[in-house]
Amino acid sequence: MMQPWWIMVIKTAFIVFVVITGFAYALLWERKLIGRFQQRYGPNRAGPLGYLQPLADVVKLVFKEDFVPAGANRILFQMAPVISVVAAVTAIAMIPFGTAIHILGYRIPMVGADVSVGVLVLFAMSGLGFYGLVLGGWASGNKYSLLGSARTAAQLVSYEVAMGLSIVGVVMLSRSLSLVDIVESQRSGLWWVLVQPVGFVIFMITAVAETNRPPFDLPESESELVGGFHTEYAGMKFAMFAMAEYVNMLVVSALGACLFLGGYLGPWLPGWLWLVIKITATVFVFIWIRSTLPRLRYDQLMRFGWKVLLPIATANLVLTAIIVGVFFSK
Amino acid sequence: MSVQDQIKGFGITFRTMLQKPLTLGYPEVKTPVFPRFRGRHQLWRYDNGLEKCVGCSLCVAACPADCIRVVAEENTQEHRVSAGERYARIYEINMSRCIFCGYCEVACPFDAITLEHSYELSERERDLMVYTKDMLLTPAPKQPPLRTEGQRV
Repeated sequence: MMQPWWIMVIKTAFIVFVVITGFAYALLWERKLIGRFQQRYGPNRAGPLGYLQPLADVVKLVFKEDFVPAGANRILFQMAPVISVVAAVTAIAMIPFGTAIHILGYRIPMVGADVSVGVLVLFAMSGLGFYGLVLGGWASGNKYSLLGSARTAAQLVSYEVAMGLSIVGVVMLSRSLSLVDIVESQRSGLWWVLVQPVGFVIFMITAVAETNRPPFDLPESESELVGGFHTEYAGMKFAMFAMAEYVNMLVVSALGACLFLGGYLGPWLPGWLWLVIKITATVFVFIWIRSTLPRLRYDQLMRFGWKVLLPIATANLVLTAIIVGVFFSK
Repeated sequence: MSVQDQIKGFGITFRTMLQKPLTLGYPEVKTPVFPRFRGRHQLWRYDNGLEKCVGCSLCVAACPADCIRVVAEENTQEHRVSAGERYARIYEINMSRCIFCGYCEVACPFDAITLEHSYELSERERDLMVYTKDMLLTPAPKQPPLRTEGQRV
């Protein structure tokens, strides 16, 4: 039987709550880990061990002035952070976090929305999220922001291609674009990372680029562009951009977990916990990369994207296609 | 930049993460100071209770920041404060001006003033930064921990 609307509402509220909490603590954990990487403690003042820091940050940001610069396009300036956040939170709906359960005779899949082309929707949403960054930078009426936006657009085009190609191999192997089916196709315990190691590495690199995190944080580049697209943003609007960035990080981590690491599958522990463990591990790798590598120069970014990642991803795709076509065609 | 170098870099950051942070959790953990650290001043008394300071104002002359103010007065038979002829009726140090150079300590012929280890000298108002003689005659309530040469904090 189909799930009734009220279950959808509960599930949506639950997912949004988890995502926002996850964002807050991903931010805290990033700051704590970056601190450890630099031999300091990170935030440890607000509450026990600093665990109330996100709350303190939110309170601070809420009471900040809601500022719009004089030369800005007011409507777009206000809209841009909303676009980013909505796209990021919508994307997380495609991530399955457990096997379907049966309550009151209803079959309830543990996923926000089991879309048959889930991977594509997720990609569309991550692409849409970039519009927030691009529009926000352009609408600020500030040359630094505009440069940040231009870089965002260029980076999106360069790395989205390689990212798309890197996961087509998995899609071919599991013969589905639905994330639920992709996860279920790894039930034998053969995670696709073992079959597609090159694809996984390319996916991870492009995922860092897609979420604008160091060493690919050229849209922000605080040392040369002041803050890039969010130079003029403050208070809650800035917080929304930060939230979009971190939710995007959780989304690509979850996507990587679902595509390559078996998603919610794993022995002994419940499914959602396995997904959390896999997401945490991926986020840790992101933070590790951030603390290790310096930011790329613009030409290095372009050369790496087009001359290194794209050919390797294409070769990987063609090879996978040939193997799948020759040995596994039915 | 070969791939090996990149991996080495990741190894270095990972090992750094596992090390104990160098940060001292300051308000709870006090930074240890060396024995010759120059902090808050203290005026001293002889064992019989008389003040060592005779109000000669040599410290005032030596002070490059001009933060010491001394007003001397004669000791009398009934009112004997210091061991010498005169004593400092007023002895004030403006801690917000003091640069902790220690010249006052060097200038003092009676070792009446020394710089001690206490370094927590902030106040909520500027007026409170002027330390009077009574304050300087009492040792600082809390002394920071000591640290020896070559010891890592």
